[in-house]
Amino acid sequence: MEIVRSPRQVAAAGAGGLPIYKTAPQLEVRLEEFELFAIDRLRVLKGISDGLSRGKRPEEMEKLASELWKTHMRHQDPAETLNKDIISHFVLRLVYCRTEELRKWFLSMETTLFRYRFRLESLESQRMLMTEFQLPYKALPHSEFEAVKDKLSQVARSIGQSTNVEHVFFKVPFEEVPDLVASRRVFLSKGYAYVAMSQLVSLVVTQFRCNISKALALTNRKWTAIIKEQEKDRLTPPKDAVDISLKDIDQLAKSSFPLCMRHMLDKLRENHHLKHGGRMQFGLFLKGAGLKFEDALAFWRVEFSQKIGPERFDKEYAYTIRHNYGKEGKRTDYTPYSCQKIISATPGVGDHHGCPFRHFGEENLRAALNKMGVGGHALEEIMDKVKNRHYQVLYFIAIGLTKQYDIPELTGLCGIMKYTASLHINL
Amino acid sequence: MEIDDQKQQQLEAPAAVPEGFNTDYLRVYYGKLFPYGDFFKWLCYGNDGKHPGCDQSYVGRREFSFTLENDIYLRFQSFDSAAELESSIKEKCPFKIDIGPVYSVDPSKRHAYAQSGNNVFVPVERELIFDIDISDYDDVRYCCSGADVCSDCWPLMTIAIKILDTSLRDDFGFSHILWVYSGRRGVHCWVCDSRARKLSNEQRAAIADYFRVYKGGENALKKISLAGPVLHPFLARSYMDVLKTFFEDRLLLSQQLFSSEERCQKILDLIPDENVASEVHDKWQGNRRSSISKEDVNVTRWEQLKTTLQSGKHKAQGLRRCVEEIVFSYTYPRLDMEVSKHMNHLLKAPFCIHPKTGRVCVPIDPSNCDDFDPAAVPTLSQLLGELNATGFQTDSENNLERTSLGKSISFFRTSFLHPLLKACKEELESAYNAKLQQSKNSLNWVTVTVKHSNGWRQDLGHFMQVRCSADTDWAAWNPDQVLPHLAYCARTLNKKFALAHSMRSLTG
Repeated sequence: MEIVRSPRQVAAAGAGGLPIYKTAPQLEVRLEEFELFAIDRLRVLKGISDGLSRGKRPEEMEKLASELWKTHMRHQDPAETLNKDIISHFVLRLVYCRTEELRKWFLSMETTLFRYRFRLESLESQRMLMTEFQLPYKALPHSEFEAVKDKLSQVARSIGQSTNVEHVFFKVPFEEVPDLVASRRVFLSKGYAYVAMSQLVSLVVTQFRCNISKALALTNRKWTAIIKEQEKDRLTPPKDAVDISLKDIDQLAKSSFPLCMRHMLDKLRENHHLKHGGRMQFGLFLKGAGLKFEDALAFWRVEFSQKIGPERFDKEYAYTIRHNYGKEGKRTDYTPYSCQKIISATPGVGDHHGCPFRHFGEENLRAALNKMGVGGHALEEIMDKVKNRHYQVLYFIAIGLTKQYDIPELTGLCGIMKYTASLHINL
Repeated sequence: MEIDDQKQQQLEAPAAVPEGFNTDYLRVYYGKLFPYGDFFKWLCYGNDGKHPGCDQSYVGRREFSFTLENDIYLRFQSFDSAAELESSIKEKCPFKIDIGPVYSVDPSKRHAYAQSGNNVFVPVERELIFDIDISDYDDVRYCCSGADVCSDCWPLMTIAIKILDTSLRDDFGFSHILWVYSGRRGVHCWVCDSRARKLSNEQRAAIADYFRVYKGGENALKKISLAGPVLHPFLARSYMDVLKTFFEDRLLLSQQLFSSEERCQKILDLIPDENVASEVHDKWQGNRRSSISKEDVNVTRWEQLKTTLQSGKHKAQGLRRCVEEIVFSYTYPRLDMEVSKHMNHLLKAPFCIHPKTGRVCVPIDPSNCDDFDPAAVPTLSQLLGELNATGFQTDSENNLERTSLGKSISFFRTSFLHPLLKACKEELESAYNAKLQQSKNSLNWVTVTVKHSNGWRQDLGHFMQVRCSADTDWAAWNPDQVLPHLAYCARTLNKKFALAHSMRSLTG
């Protein structure tokens, strides 16, 4: 792409109404638009990210995606919309290709956006897009369909659809539709998934995701080779975290820790033990808050020793802590889990990690919130929001009710960290 | 006569070895009984043959880890031959052996590849594995808890095997499945089909999620939720074929699920509607007044609960599948999701010995898993005693046969290893033939790549340019044109270089 000031050429439309961003467009982009387009698209992606964190259902997400698109990206002239669509995507690719975490986020949001836009396309448009993705699946011949008809109908009913609506099915290797398999939305037999036409969205989206993922990695390599040196200073994110130390932990827990972390600290103090999920979630949180490695080791040793003795601790548990701080194994600098990851955890028997607003039963959540000093009308409001699954927002409301602090607009653990850090400075 | 009788007794008494687990015992086990050959053959997946399609580097890229006495932990061990594996195990005498994935490069050389920045050291193949541990059922078993197992709760493992094994074969189409006793309180599953080994982390997670029904941490109350008017065919089949009968005919009684106020309350907690729950509770209270033998109370109460929940008037959402939810809560398999999701997760090797129980991690026959009794699994000391009884021999085959381990090894070979290797051989051959066919179609064209060992680079006129550090394909040239130029290069410039041929199809 060249950046020039000159009248624009129009982008070529893809086969369907949706571009699939296969190749960078040979377009001329005005300087101002370069940035503006990207920012508008970013608004859409961030809106989607929020929606996902709040655990919105697919129907709600579809509506959200459509509204966001209309608000920020639509132009009267469909050709202009298409231009903006393509240009903004490629600009954001440049921005988000730089680190693994950025790539993951961008990939996830673009895929989600694509998924919901695809669902809203006409059947004809969808068919054309499928051919573009080279999905070579043939529809089930009638005889085969008859043989499995009952099972297909049973699956449809199990996911709340009325039967006998779909007649066109595709036999696809199960590896190619992992999300349909995971949610048991397809009939499986001998390694094949029987996918309904309406579910093929999943396949298309998987292909889309795969393409973008590869493209991002390629972009990153090119970027590293060409631009890195020039842009080094401009793009380093600022660091403003403040470290916490061992003695601060209990006090900070009461004032600044998120509910999930407080709960785990309480359980750790109570049982002198935490299972693996808890050790990871809480341990990395402490690391992100600035707890130094030696302090972390001491912290966990003090607790665990009371149950199993210091020798056993050193033998069995110290390794994990060293690993978290990048002193063992492939020495990755692990970062704390985001709220999204915590919400989507799968705690099992004996576990205390996860998000209390998501994973606690009603009684336990009430008790935990009571302990924090939240009661009465506010508590009911919160319990009501739990039913609608606005997990992340809830915690901050809860803090606000007890602390009368102005809650900045925060999403994700970065936010919690900054918030915690800022409180620490004020104390 | 007396003396003769005594002598007779001496000969017949088994040379019993005291129970225990220690290096001396292990040394004998590793020296005489551990099946190195079969073990290695398994993990080679046919690549140890002479066929040109075999990948000689394959088995050397597999990670093993040893846990030694004193909890010394050795990761990233790798071996190129059964002999190497055998001598390392005999020398180090590990208390535990774990098997990891096959990596892109030899794990012991992974640091050499770390410089390039890109992630070159990655897992490329790994069996699909499952780990089921009975301590994950502690909230629904009353006979034991923690590390203990008894004949009342072990059947939970048996039905887990039945359900998963059936689904892995019928739904996913896998056939080379090895079930192994973990040595104390659980079972492991190794799915070894080539298709399974090549699954990505995402696909593994999808399969684990397909099997997952139980969703709950310590603080969630109701952990199984079967939404929808009917069950998915997989769950329906599991329920009708296995879970229902097991729950009603065995578990109700062996766990005495309704025999106390507390236990009854636990079940009532699973009913989402309070009114219905108290209706059931009242019915049960009615029982107490009439005299029924203790044995019947569980059955009776269950029948009453079912009648109440399935009666016409309770069509409310959330109650439809309540009966099934209760059965699933108490019986459906609970997997350790993390074990299955990631390719780099290590898992204990079959035929290890469990340090706390001394029992061998023997294979379990899924088609006869009802007959499996963990208490009857041979222990280390038992095996040593059996060896003592008939004297040591140098032939390991003979040793195996004369001990209880022989049966397990024999089963491992006939039911698992031989069919697997046969399939691997066929796959290797057909893959190789396909590749050969492809290159045959591009006969006259040869692409030559040249690597210089010292980073030297030179233009050889307008025909080709030599690249040094990467083997890059150039345009295809007629071989008659290429070779003279390379010969010139070698003669006049007197530099060392390596020639690599690669065939490239013009049609590709």
